[in-house]
Amino acid sequence: MDFKIRTMADCMAEGTTPEVLFWVGCAGSFDDRAKKITKAIAKILHHTNTSFAILGSEESCTGDPAKRAGNEFLFQMMAMQNISVLNAYEVKKIVTGCPHCFNTLKNEYPELGGNYEVVHHTQLIQELLNTGKLKIEGGEFKGKKITFHDPCYLGRGNGEYEAPRQLIQALDAELVEMKRCKTNGLCCGAGGAQMFKEAEKGNKEVNVERTEDALAVKPSVIATGCPFCNTMMTDGVKHFEQEHTIAVKDIAELIAEAVDL
Amino acid sequence: MISQIIFALLLAVAGFFIFKRYQFVKGNILLGQKGPETDRKGERLKTMILVAFGQGKMFSRPFVALMHLILYVGFVVINIELIEIIVDGLTGEHRSFVGFGGYYRLLINLFEVLAGLVIIACVVFLMRRNFGKIKRFQSPEIKQWPKRDANIILFTEILLMKAFLIMNAADSLLTVRSATPARVPSFWVSQISQPFLNLYSTSTLEGISHFCWWFHIVGILGFIVYLSFSKHLHILLAFPTTYFSKLQSPGNLSNDKAVTNEVKLMLDPNAVVEPVEFTRFGVKDVSDLKRTQLLSAYSCTECGRCTSVCPANQTGKLLSPRKVMMDVRDRMEEIGNAKAANKGVWVEDGKSLIRDYISEEEVWACTTCNACTDACPININPMEVLVDLRRYLIMEESKSPDSITSMFNNVENNGAPWAMSAMNRADWTNE
Repeated sequence: MDFKIRTMADCMAEGTTPEVLFWVGCAGSFDDRAKKITKAIAKILHHTNTSFAILGSEESCTGDPAKRAGNEFLFQMMAMQNISVLNAYEVKKIVTGCPHCFNTLKNEYPELGGNYEVVHHTQLIQELLNTGKLKIEGGEFKGKKITFHDPCYLGRGNGEYEAPRQLIQALDAELVEMKRCKTNGLCCGAGGAQMFKEAEKGNKEVNVERTEDALAVKPSVIATGCPFCNTMMTDGVKHFEQEHTIAVKDIAELIAEAVDL
Repeated sequence: MISQIIFALLLAVAGFFIFKRYQFVKGNILLGQKGPETDRKGERLKTMILVAFGQGKMFSRPFVALMHLILYVGFVVINIELIEIIVDGLTGEHRSFVGFGGYYRLLINLFEVLAGLVIIACVVFLMRRNFGKIKRFQSPEIKQWPKRDANIILFTEILLMKAFLIMNAADSLLTVRSATPARVPSFWVSQISQPFLNLYSTSTLEGISHFCWWFHIVGILGFIVYLSFSKHLHILLAFPTTYFSKLQSPGNLSNDKAVTNEVKLMLDPNAVVEPVEFTRFGVKDVSDLKRTQLLSAYSCTECGRCTSVCPANQTGKLLSPRKVMMDVRDRMEEIGNAKAANKGVWVEDGKSLIRDYISEEEVWACTTCNACTDACPININPMEVLVDLRRYLIMEESKSPDSITSMFNNVENNGAPWAMSAMNRADWTNE
């Protein structure tokens, strides 16, 4: 990165308090593909002069995959440890790069003592756009067909369907909807800890079924808002050998490209 | 006089069976754990009014919703007629309320129009269910009894409506022939069958009218008893089920309080915790589920919208969220029957909801995408049952697919689901 990204520890040492904590998430920290999304989000935050910091080595898994796989014990252990870190830094607002972290921090942490304003990165970028801090010239995507795959934990889980769509429209792109979208959107197949295991016996992979929905509307870009969906859709596009004609990109990446970051 | 006694006896017998069944179902629901769903009464009432009373979620499929609305309105409105039937039955009169004149005629006309529409809707539903190419009506869990159950309900409704209409037509003709004290005009719908009925003698018509009256009331009483044994219970239980349904964000999975206490005490042995009732972690059998979950299983009408949107089911996996709820109900019935056969005492039968009803393969196929609950017209939540079963498998039996076990180990030891060191979390900032 060509600018310094501070950690909460850095800020504390400097005696400053960042406006928002960027919760990167495990995929965003370790997965090579997802790291590109993380960087795009960081660039947008930096470009819009949003004061932010990360936890760096003090960040841990929110416990979401453990919880959804039934390990409530491990989940609550992770949650309470994370909450003690977050509360020690007096964190008020969190932006996440992943809808699973977003959902868990937003909905499941308060009862355990973690109360923060939590937003998904598409919501924060939408806010930056609406307040004029971010200006997008559509150029690069003008007229291109982009379809959006709703992440379950952003859409059905938390009712956010519009922020990502507004951003796609801000790109001057043609937003095309799959036959199953918004509340009817089909899962990519990764949720509920499926990402970390083989699928049960069936006649098809879920991501292949979902990619068929996407291919049917002939997009040039499949936009995602979740690193796990991104992996699943990328694999699906490869399954149909369409990777040279169809890109799978996070909305943050599309925005970063459009703003030429 | 004899007919009045028979009628009163019939009412009493039906009442007895309904009461017995009510006690049985209630007993089964009370097998479950007390839930916290007594808060936010206003919002709960609003959900019930919108979702159950207002059928808010049905309209994502408009045609079926319209057909269903006809049955629903028809059921509620036409059954106002029951008041007159009961008064007639107990007094030995026929059409006790005919004296209301114009209002009476208007009301019967309205009932007739609805009855006609109900017949049409039932025929449409029978065709769809038996001859349509609708995948959710072909799933393995709704073959045999569930399929027969649906057909019995639809046929019975048609017969009950026909009886009502034929009785009206016969009475109208008897009025023309000045053969009845209960003088009624021709009604809007039943007049269609008048030319046909007119071929019969006056005494036969009287017989037809009487038969239809008895058939109608016996049918209704029988139907009410039957519905308490069938999926049709949803017409009543949809209301409490939606009232008690989840108010939090759908993405929010409840935190297990017993676990919270354990974790708090582990992190700080001096922590002060609120004691909670505890039998085991997660759900092994129906008695570990919340009462509201058991209630919702009884209110499932097996429409299969959940299964039709389930990503696992659509890709050929064994999991069907509808079957999950049917399994919960069937297991409750099994326990209830065993208890009833044993003077109300439950003797462990060595079976449980997990494995004997819902296999591990089904439990692990769920992506927790929440599509099932979103699709359910009355907010039943099969996903939470599946997560509850996972909680049992993990926290009581330490049983999970190997790759899930290593994910847990990674989360615990590295703070990430992969074997990556926390020290490298911020590596991307230097790349």
